[in-house]
Amino acid sequence: METILLFAPLVGALVAGFGWRMIGQTGAQVAATAMLFLACILSWAVFLGFDGETYTVPLFTWIESGTLFTDWAIRIDRLTAIMLIVITSVSALVHLYSFGYMAHDENFKDGESYRPRFFAYLSFFTFAMLMLVTADNLLQLFFGWEGVGVASYLLIGFYFRKPSAGAAAMKAFIVNRVGDFGFLLGIFALFWMTDSIQFDVILPMGAELAQMTITFLGMELNAAETIAFLLFIGAMGKSAQLLLHTWLPDAMEGPTPVSALIHAATMVTAGVFLVCRMSPIIEYAPMAGNFIIIIGAVTAFFAATVGLVQNDIKRVIAYSTCSQLGYMFVAAGVGVYSVAMFHLFTHAFFKAMLFLGAGSVIHAMHHEQDMRNYGGLRKKIPLTFWAMMIGTLAITGVGIPTTYFGFAGFFSKDAVVESAFAFGGDLGQFAFWSLIVAAVFTSFYSWRLIFLTFFGEPRGSKHTHEHAHESPWTMLAPLGVLAVGAVFSGVVWYNSFFGHTDEVGRFFGVPYAQEEHVEEGAHGATDEAHAAADTHATESAESAEGDHGYAHYNLVGAPGEGAIHAAPDNNILNEAHEVPYWVKWSPFFAMLLGFVVAFWFYIVNPSLPRRLAESQRPLYQFLLNKWYFDEAYDFLFVRPARALGRFLWKGGDGAVIDGGINGLALGIIPFFTRLAGRAQSGYIFTYAFAMVLGLVVLVTWVTLRAGG
Amino acid sequence: MIGADLSILIPEIVLAVFAMAAMLAAVYTSKDAVAPALTWGTALIFVVMAFYIAVTGEGVRVGFNGGFVDDGFARFAKITILLSAAAILIVGIEFMQKSDLLRFEYPILVTLSVIGMMVMVSSGDLIVLYVGLELQSLALYVIASLRRDSVRSTEAGLKYFILGALSSGLLLYGASLVYGFAGTTQFAGIIETATAGEMPVGLLIGLVFLISGLAFKVSAAPFHMWTPDVYEGAPTPVTALLATAPKVAAVALFARVVHDAFGGAVGEWQQVVALLAVLSMFLGSIAAIGQTDIKRLMAYSSIGHMGFALMGLAAGTEQGVEAMLIYIAIYVTMNIGTFSFILSMEKDGRHVTDISALSSFASREGGKALALLVLMFSLAGVPPLVGFFGKYAVLFAAVEAGMAWLAIAGVIASVIGAYYYLRIVYLMYFGEDREGLDGRMGLVTYAGLMAMAALIALAWLPGLNLLGLEGMAAAAAQTLVR
Repeated sequence: METILLFAPLVGALVAGFGWRMIGQTGAQVAATAMLFLACILSWAVFLGFDGETYTVPLFTWIESGTLFTDWAIRIDRLTAIMLIVITSVSALVHLYSFGYMAHDENFKDGESYRPRFFAYLSFFTFAMLMLVTADNLLQLFFGWEGVGVASYLLIGFYFRKPSAGAAAMKAFIVNRVGDFGFLLGIFALFWMTDSIQFDVILPMGAELAQMTITFLGMELNAAETIAFLLFIGAMGKSAQLLLHTWLPDAMEGPTPVSALIHAATMVTAGVFLVCRMSPIIEYAPMAGNFIIIIGAVTAFFAATVGLVQNDIKRVIAYSTCSQLGYMFVAAGVGVYSVAMFHLFTHAFFKAMLFLGAGSVIHAMHHEQDMRNYGGLRKKIPLTFWAMMIGTLAITGVGIPTTYFGFAGFFSKDAVVESAFAFGGDLGQFAFWSLIVAAVFTSFYSWRLIFLTFFGEPRGSKHTHEHAHESPWTMLAPLGVLAVGAVFSGVVWYNSFFGHTDEVGRFFGVPYAQEEHVEEGAHGATDEAHAAADTHATESAESAEGDHGYAHYNLVGAPGEGAIHAAPDNNILNEAHEVPYWVKWSPFFAMLLGFVVAFWFYIVNPSLPRRLAESQRPLYQFLLNKWYFDEAYDFLFVRPARALGRFLWKGGDGAVIDGGINGLALGIIPFFTRLAGRAQSGYIFTYAFAMVLGLVVLVTWVTLRAGG
Repeated sequence: MIGADLSILIPEIVLAVFAMAAMLAAVYTSKDAVAPALTWGTALIFVVMAFYIAVTGEGVRVGFNGGFVDDGFARFAKITILLSAAAILIVGIEFMQKSDLLRFEYPILVTLSVIGMMVMVSSGDLIVLYVGLELQSLALYVIASLRRDSVRSTEAGLKYFILGALSSGLLLYGASLVYGFAGTTQFAGIIETATAGEMPVGLLIGLVFLISGLAFKVSAAPFHMWTPDVYEGAPTPVTALLATAPKVAAVALFARVVHDAFGGAVGEWQQVVALLAVLSMFLGSIAAIGQTDIKRLMAYSSIGHMGFALMGLAAGTEQGVEAMLIYIAIYVTMNIGTFSFILSMEKDGRHVTDISALSSFASREGGKALALLVLMFSLAGVPPLVGFFGKYAVLFAAVEAGMAWLAIAGVIASVIGAYYYLRIVYLMYFGEDREGLDGRMGLVTYAGLMAMAALIALAWLPGLNLLGLEGMAAAAAQTLVR
C-alpha cells in the first residue's frame, strides 16, 4: 500500500509528461489526477489505520560505500502520516482545480499544449514531496528535498515567456541553494559524528551528540548545537524564514494552483517537518532551539507587517504564509513539536483554500491580481466569496477561547501562542508578544483582502468587472472540500496534537508516564517513568486521577522512540495548558482588533488608508518595499557576486586565459614556427652546422656538469 | 663454437642469403618484371622471420664473444622492424607500380637495410653496432634516391648521405674515445669502466658523441634537419619506410647503448636524452604548424614522436624502456596507416602531397576520411584511441622517474602538436568544397589503411588490451635493464 501510494504520483507524472501524445491532453490530465486521488485515498487509509508504531518498508539498496549504507525505504510514523494526508489531499484537490484554472491560459499561444506538462510537474512535485516525508534516512530526504526544489523551480517559471517568472524561478532556486548548503553541511557533520545517516541510528543519539564536540578551524563546537543549527539553515531556506525568505513572494509568479500546493501547503512546510523529524537532536541543542524561536517570531512579525500594505492579492497571501511558517517554527523551537505539526496541518487546509480562492477571483477577473482593481465582487462570485470568508475566519483564528467552538486556525494558533508564553523567560515573552502583534496584523490584512476584493464599489476596468464570472465546478469543488478542512481540522484533532500529554503521546507513538510529585525526587521519577513506559502506561493512566480531574503526564520516550521527542526537562506541553486566562484570550482580542481596524479603514472610511500612508510616508515605503531586503541583498550579495563574476569573466577568463592562449597560439608559436621554417634552409651546410652546434652545446653542458 | 654463434644469427643469415640469391636470380632472369613477385616474396619472408624469431627466441643468447646479443629486447625490436617493413613493402607496391618505380633492387635494398637494423638492435659491441648502422644507412641512402630522374629524389638521397656520413663520423669519433678510455669496444666492458668510480670525462664526451650520432638516426632535434627534406624528396613508399622500421631500429639501438654500455651511469646521460626529447617534442610540434606538404608534416610529426619515445628512455628505468617500446610500436602502426593514406593521395592521375587537397574530402570518401580521422586523433593522443596509451605510458614513466617537468613539457608540446593533426581533420570535414583528391585507392593500400585505423580505434578495448603489447614490451624491457 505504501509503495503504491508513493509511486502513484510518479506514474502519473510520467504518463502525463511523456505519454500525453498517445492519450491526449485531457487523458493526461485525467491520468495524473486519478493517480493523485488514488494516493490520497491510500494516505488516509494509512493515517487512520496507523497505530503509533513506527515501521519501515524497505524498497531496495541505494548506496553502499565504506561505512555509508543507505536503502530506499518508506518510513511511516505519525509525522509521515500527517504529511501524507496533507500532501496528497491538497495535491489531489489542486490537480482537480487545475482542470478549470489552466483550461485557457493567455500566456500560451493557441494550440500549444502546456497542460500535460503542468500536470506532470505537479505530479512530479507530489512524488518528490512524498519521497521527502517518507525517507528513513537523510540522503533520501535530501533527494526529495531537492526534487521539490526542482519542481518548484519548474512551476514558478511555468510561464517561461514572462521574464519575471524566469527570474523568480532562478531566485527561488538560488536562495534555496544557500539553505541547502547549510543542510548538506549538517548531514555531513551528522555522518561524521555518528557514521550514519539512517534515522534509526542518528535519532537515538541526540543526547550523546550533546556531549560531543566538533573541532572546526580551531573552534570547539558542540556537535548537537552545530548540527541542529546547520539543519535549521536548510529549513530556513525551504520554509522561507527571515533572511532566506525573499524568494517566496516572488514565487507567486507561478500559476495560482502551484502557489496553493507548493508555496502554501506542502513544500514550504518541509522545513518545519525537518525540524520536527530531527526533534531528538534539536531537543538537546538549546541554543539552536532559541535561534529557531527568534527566527520564527521575527519572521512572523516581519512578514505580517509587510502583508499590511501589499496590493497584489497573491502577495498578501504569500506574506501571510511566511508569517504563519514563523508561528510553526516558534512552536518547534520551544519544543512542542506536536503543536508545530498541528499548525502545519490546519494551515495547509486554510491557506490552500485562500490561494485557490484567490485563484478563483483572479480567474474571474481575467488574471487581474491587483486588489485596487477589485471591489464589490461578493455578488458576482458568491461561492468564491464564501470560501474566502471561511479561509479568512480560519486564518485569523476566529473561535471562542476555552471552548471547542472555532475554526481550524483558532485552535492551532492559540496553541502556538500559549506554548510560546509557557516557554517563559525573556525569549518566551518576546516570542509571545511578537506572535500577538503578528496576529493583529494577520487579522488586519486578511480582512483588508476580503473588504477590498468583495466589498465596496467596483474599481478598475469596467469591462473586466462586467465579465466577472463564477468559476467552474472543478475549481469550486476543491474549495468546498478544503472548507471542510478549514472548519473542522482543528477541532477534530485538537486533542491529538495539543490535548493532554497522554493523548498527544498516544497519537505520536511516544511513551508517556504520569508526572511524579516533586517531593519523590528526580531518581524515583525516572525509574518510575521507565517502568510506566514499558507497560505503556495505560493501566496507570486509569488509576491516576490528578487534582484537576485528569492526571499529569510527561512524554518519556527515548530519543528516536515515536515520531517526536521531548527532552526529560521539557514540560512545555503541560505548562501551555496552564497559562493565565488573559494569555488564552489574547489572540482572540488581537483578532478582534485587527478586524475592527480593517473594517474602519476599508468599509467605514475608505479614504483613511491613503491619508495614513501619506502622513507616514517613510514607514509606508519601508513596508511596501518589504523592509528593503531585496535591495539590501542586491547591494550586499548580488552586485558583488556579479562584479566578481564579471571580473573573472572579463579579466580572468577573457583577458588572462583567452588572451594568454590566443597570444600564445597566434603570436608566440607562429613566431617559432617561422623561425624553424627559416632554419630549414635546404642547404646542407646549415644542417651540418646545426648538428655540430648541437653537439658542441651538449658536450659543453655535460663537461661543465661533470666538472662542477 | 662457430656453429653456436651462427645459430643465433639464423634470421639475419636467411635474409642475407635471400637478398643475394634474389639479386642474382633477378639479374639473370627478367629483371624488373619479377619485382612485384619479389616484393611480395620479401614481405612474406619478413613475416616468416618475424614468426620464427617470436617462436624460437628464448632467453638471452650471446654470440661472437659478446659482440652479438639475442635477448627479449632485441627480439621485440626485430619483430617490430620486420613486420613494419613488410607492411610498408606491401602497401607501397601499387604506388611503385603506378609511378614506374618498382625496380627489383628495391625489395633487395630494403632487405639489406633490414638486416642492418637487426644487427643494430642485437649489437653488443661498438664495432658490430657500426657495421649494422652502416649497412642499414647505405641501403637507405640508395633507396631514398631511387627515382634517379627526379632532382628532388636525388637531392634527398645526397643530403641524407652527406649528413649521414657526418653523423657516422661523430659516432665513430665517440666510439674511439670510448674505446680509448674503456680499453674495449664491448658493451660489457664499457659498463665496468663507466660504473667503476667517477666516470672519466673523456668517456663522457665519447658518450655524448655516440648519442649525437644516434640522435641523427632517430632524427631528434637538433640533429633532425635532414628529415623534412629527405621525407619530402624521397618517393612516398620510401618515406613511409624511413618513418617506420629505421626509427624502431635507431631507438632500440639508442636504448641498447645507453643501458647496456652505460646502464650504471644513468645520471650522466639522462639529462642529455631529456634535453633531446624536449627539443624534439617542441620542434616537431611547432615547426609542423607551418607545413603545407603532408610528407614534410609527417617528418615533423615523426620528430615530435621520437621526442616522446626518448622521454621514455630519459626516465632511465625499466618502466621507461617499456613505455618507449610501447610508444614506438604504436607509432609505427599509426604511421603505416597514415602513409597508406598518403600513398593514395592522387589528383588528375598525379600524386599530390599538398594538405589543401584534402579539403572537404569527407563529403566524397566518408570511410577513408573517418579512418584518417582516427589516425590523426590517435597521433594527437586523443583518448581512448591507442595513441593516447603510448603517450600515457611515457608520461607516466617520466613522472615515476621523478621527471615531472619533462612530462609537463611533453603535455604542452602535444597540445601544440594537436593543432596540425586537427587541422587535417578540419580540412577534411569542414574545408570549403573544391576540387580535391580523385584517385582511386588500390585494394591493398585500402586494406592497410583500414586495418591500421581499426587497430588504432579498437585495440584499447578492455577485451583486447592493446593485443598484449604491454606484456611483451615489459618482458623486453626486463631483459635490457638490469
